[in-house]
Amino acid sequence: MHEMSLCEAVVEIAVEEARKNGATRIRAVVLEVGALGHVDPDALAFCFSAVSHGTLAENARLVVERVAGSGWCLDCAKTVPMTERFGACPDCGHRHVQMTQGDEFKLRELEVE
Amino acid sequence: MCKDCGCGSGGTGYRINGRTPAELHGHSHDHDHPHDHDHDHGHHHHDHDHPHDHSHDHGAHDHAHSAPLGAVHQPGLDSERVIRIERDILARNNDAARQNRVRLAATGTLALNLMSSPGSGKTTLLVRTIEDLKAKFPIAVIEGDQQTDNDAERIRATGARAVQINTGKGCHLEAGMVGAALDDIKAEPGGLLFIENVGNLVCPAGFDLGEAHKVVVLSVTEGEDKPQKYPDMFAVADLLLLNKADLLPHLRFDVGKCLAAALRVNPHLQTLVVSAETGEGMAAFYAWIEARASLSRAAAVARA
Repeated sequence: MHEMSLCEAVVEIAVEEARKNGATRIRAVVLEVGALGHVDPDALAFCFSAVSHGTLAENARLVVERVAGSGWCLDCAKTVPMTERFGACPDCGHRHVQMTQGDEFKLRELEVE
Repeated sequence: MCKDCGCGSGGTGYRINGRTPAELHGHSHDHDHPHDHDHDHGHHHHDHDHPHDHSHDHGAHDHAHSAPLGAVHQPGLDSERVIRIERDILARNNDAARQNRVRLAATGTLALNLMSSPGSGKTTLLVRTIEDLKAKFPIAVIEGDQQTDNDAERIRATGARAVQINTGKGCHLEAGMVGAALDDIKAEPGGLLFIENVGNLVCPAGFDLGEAHKVVVLSVTEGEDKPQKYPDMFAVADLLLLNKADLLPHLRFDVGKCLAAALRVNPHLQTLVVSAETGEGMAAFYAWIEARASLSRAAAVARA
């Protein structure tokens, strides 16, 4: 959802951090995007080139690292992998699973010069 | 561009009562923050010591700039290096939401963020609620729509104060927009603030506005499987109002099935079946509001 406004936030943070570090150009932007989150990596890539145009991040590579989903199953009392946000536990089949990982949306690092 | 709804940016170009935030406050929100940085790059072949002035635009807020966790020099790559950042991209919205929450807490205002797909009857529900509660509470409304101030006009006809935010192409309200609207609305102590989000069952779920509770409105003319199709909205809500209950005799809509689907996504969700048209079930909604409003008031009094 709303990848355009999310990309604006990405570029804004990237440019701010790059300037703080005295960089003159951003070569790559590395994002951490959870597999169960609302963010579509293809849509991000599409928006990124448009939004970064005319900024320090112009022509930068956008690297999206996916974080796999997992959750705590209350019935099994253990961490289980999750493939959908409100999915059932793959072991017991119950839906008493609380997502613990997979909702990330972070700017992890920048490659600058 | 929003993949799901095709919208453009939600973050820029919005209007409040038809005017840009800059026009509204008679001044520009672009502040220049000149920073002087002295850099001393020992790893470079050239030593330079150059102050640069740069400015960036802030909305009307101050936020702390956290230092990067560490700049890592890669030997052999000369001027190229990697900066570790680890910053949450939604942090800016969350900061603005936090500021809104502080402002609302100071006046003991109970803020409710109403979300639904277009046509679920949010505005009709609000109009009725205001008519029935306006003797008990000062009430203000922030209306979010892509275009027109039709909804704000409907609210103003009840005598309540209303601010219209037009998001342009944006598919949801963001906390910064609500903050700008709060400048205008000047909440009265102990009152209610209803924020009617843009009609959209997807995107508004992801943006905290600083409200006390999120309320999702679903009408019985929509499918009973909406909570399964759009789980995020039901997962973040505290209360589900199943509206247009007066139409149930004419429809094949299984209320139990719908509520079960919603509770599967969110076991903590509270649910009420109402009709804003006939008033059926609305008393329970008012009781829900009044209980929470007295908590907000009491917290503000305790703080003062």
